[in-house]
Amino acid sequence: MVVPSLKLQDLIEEIRGAKTQAQEREVIQRECAHIRASFRDGDPLQRHRQLAKLLYVHMLGYPAHFGQMECLKLIASPRFIDKRVGYLGAMLLLDERQDAHLLITNSIKNDLSQGIQAVQGLALCTLSAMGSAEMCRDLATEVERLLLGPSPYVRKKAVLTAVHMIRKVPELSDIFLPVCAKLLHERHHGVLLGTITLITELCERSPAALEHFRKVVPQLVRIFRTLVTTGHTTEHSISGVSDPFLQVQILRLLRILGRNHEESSESMNDLLAQVATNTDTSRNSGSAVLFETVLTIMDIRSAAGLRVLAVNILGRFLLNSDKNIRYVALTSLLRLVQSDHSAVQRHRPTVVECLREPDASLSRRALELSLALVNNSNVRAMIQELQGFLEFCPLDLRADCASGILLAAERFAPTKRWHIDTILRVLTMAGAYVRDDAVANLTQLIGGAQELHAYSVRRLYSALAQDISQQPLVQVAAWCIGEYGDLLLEGSCEETEPLQVEEEEVLALLERVLQSHMSLPATRGYALTALMKLSTRLRGDNNRIRQVVSIYGSCLDVELQQRAVEYNTLFQKYDHMRAAILEKMPLVERGGPQVDEEAKESKEAAPASTDPQASKLLDLLDLLDGTSGDAQQPPPLDPSPEGTLIHLLDLPCAPPALAPIPNLKVFEREGLQLNLSFVRPPGTPALLLITVTATNASEGDVTHFVCQAAVPKSFQLQLQAPSGDTVPAQGGLPMTQLLRILNPNKAPLRLKLRLTYNHFGQSVQEIFEVNNLPVETWQ
Amino acid sequence: MQFMLLFSRQGKLRLQKWYVPLSDKEKKKITRELVQTVLARKPKMCSFLEWRDLKIVYKRYASLYFCCAIEDQDNELITLEIIHRYVELLDKYFGSVCELDIIFNFEKAYFILDEFLLGGEVQETSKKNVLKAIEQADLLQEKMLKVVH
Repeated sequence: MVVPSLKLQDLIEEIRGAKTQAQEREVIQRECAHIRASFRDGDPLQRHRQLAKLLYVHMLGYPAHFGQMECLKLIASPRFIDKRVGYLGAMLLLDERQDAHLLITNSIKNDLSQGIQAVQGLALCTLSAMGSAEMCRDLATEVERLLLGPSPYVRKKAVLTAVHMIRKVPELSDIFLPVCAKLLHERHHGVLLGTITLITELCERSPAALEHFRKVVPQLVRIFRTLVTTGHTTEHSISGVSDPFLQVQILRLLRILGRNHEESSESMNDLLAQVATNTDTSRNSGSAVLFETVLTIMDIRSAAGLRVLAVNILGRFLLNSDKNIRYVALTSLLRLVQSDHSAVQRHRPTVVECLREPDASLSRRALELSLALVNNSNVRAMIQELQGFLEFCPLDLRADCASGILLAAERFAPTKRWHIDTILRVLTMAGAYVRDDAVANLTQLIGGAQELHAYSVRRLYSALAQDISQQPLVQVAAWCIGEYGDLLLEGSCEETEPLQVEEEEVLALLERVLQSHMSLPATRGYALTALMKLSTRLRGDNNRIRQVVSIYGSCLDVELQQRAVEYNTLFQKYDHMRAAILEKMPLVERGGPQVDEEAKESKEAAPASTDPQASKLLDLLDLLDGTSGDAQQPPPLDPSPEGTLIHLLDLPCAPPALAPIPNLKVFEREGLQLNLSFVRPPGTPALLLITVTATNASEGDVTHFVCQAAVPKSFQLQLQAPSGDTVPAQGGLPMTQLLRILNPNKAPLRLKLRLTYNHFGQSVQEIFEVNNLPVETWQ
Repeated sequence: MQFMLLFSRQGKLRLQKWYVPLSDKEKKKITRELVQTVLARKPKMCSFLEWRDLKIVYKRYASLYFCCAIEDQDNELITLEIIHRYVELLDKYFGSVCELDIIFNFEKAYFILDEFLLGGEVQETSKKNVLKAIEQADLLQEKMLKVVH
C-alpha cells in the first residue's frame, strides 16, 4: 500500500503526534522519501509545498541538502509562491560554503531587474542574508541602481543590502559612498534608517570615509531634532518616543563621528544635553535612547559637565526598578570607573546596594564595580560591605570576592592590625576559595609586624580552635603558633580578650590538625614544624612532642616522614643545636613563598652543614650551660641573668657583620668609567646589593645610557630604575643604579653587563663579563 | 544582530534566522548550547547575558523564548524593543498569536521577520508598513496561484 504524501499541516500534525523519537524519525524518513520522489518527477506546481515540508523537517534537525537544487528551480519559476518558498529555502539551506549557491546569482540578477517590488524585495533579502563575496561583487551595480529607484520599499532593502555587501567586500565602499549624501535627504524612515546604518558601516571601515562624513554632523543633528520635535506620529513611535530605532542609530553614528574629534563633538554637545534631559524614560524605549545617548557622551570629546550628567544618568538607572536597566548601568559604569573615577564614586552607595541583587549576573558586576571603587578614604566601610557580601554570595563569585578583598586590603590597609584582621576574616569565611599566595602573604605580613605578634597568635589560635577545616587559615595559624607560641601562653594582651591557654591545649590542637583527614599534606607539614618549634618555646618537658615526632617518623607521606626523622634527630643527636635552629625566623624578603621555603630549607639543612653562625651560638650555649640548667627558658619578661640568654635566642639568626667588600672598577672607555660597590646586608645572607656608578671624565656628555645585567640561572636579579640616563661631561653628577641579586644556593657569582649609550656623537654598545668578583660577594 | 532563535520551553526550535555564515554543524552546536543556557535561567533574572564573545538578549513570551545574539557595541535595550516589535507584528498578523501559529505557519513567521529586519538590521520602523507589505505579498501569492490554475 502506498502511503500518500502529506500536506504540510498534516505532516506537522503527525510529527507532533509521534510518541517517541524513533516514531518521529520514521514519519520523517517516509515523508522525505516522498519528497525526493516528487522532486525527481513530481508535479512542478507542487514543488513549493514539498520544499516547505522539507524546510520544516530541516528545522527539527534532519538533513535536507537534497532540497538545495529545488530551491534554485523554484527561484527561477515565474510564480510568486514559488519564489517566496524558494528564496526562503535558499536562505535556510544554501550558504557560501556550498558550490550551488553561486547558481542563484543569475536568478537574483533577473529578479532585481524586473518590476515587481515584492520580487525585488525577496531577491534583496536573500542576497543580504547569504550573499557571498563573489555574489556581492557580481551584483553590486544592480543594487546601486536600486538605491535611487522610485520605490522606497525597494530602496530601504537595497540600502541594507549595500551594508551587507560592504561587510563582505570592503572595496565596494567606493560604489556606495557617493550616493549617501542624497539618501540623507530621505523622508521615509526605513530608507533613512538604512542610510544611517550604511554610513556607520562605511565610517567604521575606512578613516577616509570617516573624514568625509564628519561634515554631515550638523545635518544629522537637524534630522534628529526634527524627528524628536515634530509630532509624535504613532506610526513610528513606541510609548511616546519618536522612532527610537532611528534615534538610537543616529546617536550611534554621531558617536563614531565625534570620537577623537573636538569640532564634531562640540557641534553635537547641545543636542546630546537636550536628549539627556528631555527623554521620557518611563518605558524601555525611552531608556534605550537615553542609554545610547550616555554611551555617545562618554565616547566623544564632550564637555566635563556633560560627562558628569551622563554618569549621573547611569546612577539613576541603578535605582530603576527594571533590572535590565540596572544591568546596563552597572556594565557601563564599570567601563567608566577608570576614566571618570570621581564621578562614579558619587554613586558608590547605590552600587553597594546592588550587591544584594538576587540575579548573579548583576551581583557579579556590582562586585567588580565595588572593588574598583575602593580607595583610601572608604576602605574600611567598603571592605565591611564586601565581607558581608562574601558570606552569602553565590559560590562562583566567592573566589573573585575573596581575592578582590585581599587585594584591596593590601593596597589600602589603614593599619597593619586592620589588615591582619581583614585577611583573617576572609580566611575564616572563604578559606577554600583564596589564592595560593594568601598564606605566604599573611605570614609575611604578621612576621613584619612585631608589635602585633601577640595579637595575631591569639586571634589565630581562637580561630583555629573553632574550625580546623579551612586549610589556608590552618596553615597560617599553625605557623603562627609555632613561631610565637610563647606569646600565646604568657597571658595578657590588651587588644584581645584575656585568653587562658594551657600548653597541653596548644599541643592537643596541633595534634588534632596533624591527624585530621581534612588537613592537606602541606598543612600537616606546617603543624609538625610548629610542634617542633614549640619544643623550644614552651616550659614543660617535651615528651609529648617527642612522641608525636617519632610516630611520624614512619608516616606514609614521604614529606612528613622526612621532616619527622630530621626532627627526631634534632631531639637526639643534635639536641644542643635544637634551640638555635628553631629560633624565630627573620623577616623574609618579599619574594614570595619560594623565598620562605628556601629559608626554611636552609634551616633544616643545618644539622648536616658546617654553619659558621650556628657554631658561634653553640659556643655561647656551651659557655652558659654551666650556669643555667635548662637551655629552653621561658618568657622574655623575666629580668634574671638568664634573660641575656633568652635575648640571644630571640635574636634573628644573623651572620656576624662582614667586613666591607672592596669596590671594583669594571669598565673604562674614553673617559667613561663604571664602578661596582657591594653590600651584603646582615640578616639576609642570600642577598647581594650592587651599586653601579658611572662617571664621566671626558669632554663630551654620555647620553641614553642604559645598563643591563645578566646572572646565572640559579640567581634572581632585579634592576632598579637608574638615577638617570645621562652622565654629564667633565666629572659631572655620576649616574647610579642599584642591582639586587638573590643567591640562595650560595653559588659562585657571575655577572655579565651590557651597556648602550651615545658618546661623542657615536652610539656605543659594550657587552662584557665582570671578572675578579670578590669572593665575599657570594660566599 | 548575528542571529535570532525562537524555541519552546522544551528546547524545540521554532525559528532560526542566521545573519552570519556558519556551517550546519556550528549552527546546531550554538543552538544546543544557547538553548540550554537560556532555559537554565531563573524567571527573575535579567534579560541579558554574556555568552562566548556575544551579548545575548532574550525574552519569554508565553511558551516561546525569543533569543537574539548581538555584538559588543550594540544596544541591549533597543534589542528588547526589536524583539517586542516582532512579537507585536506576529500578534497582529495571526490575531492573538500563540506558539501553534508559529509552528504551523513557520514560513509566514519568516516572511514577517524578513519585512522587519534585513541583514540583521532594522529596515522598517512602522508597524503599519510591515503589515501592509506582508498583506500585499499574500495577495500577490493568491493572485498568482489563481492565474496559473
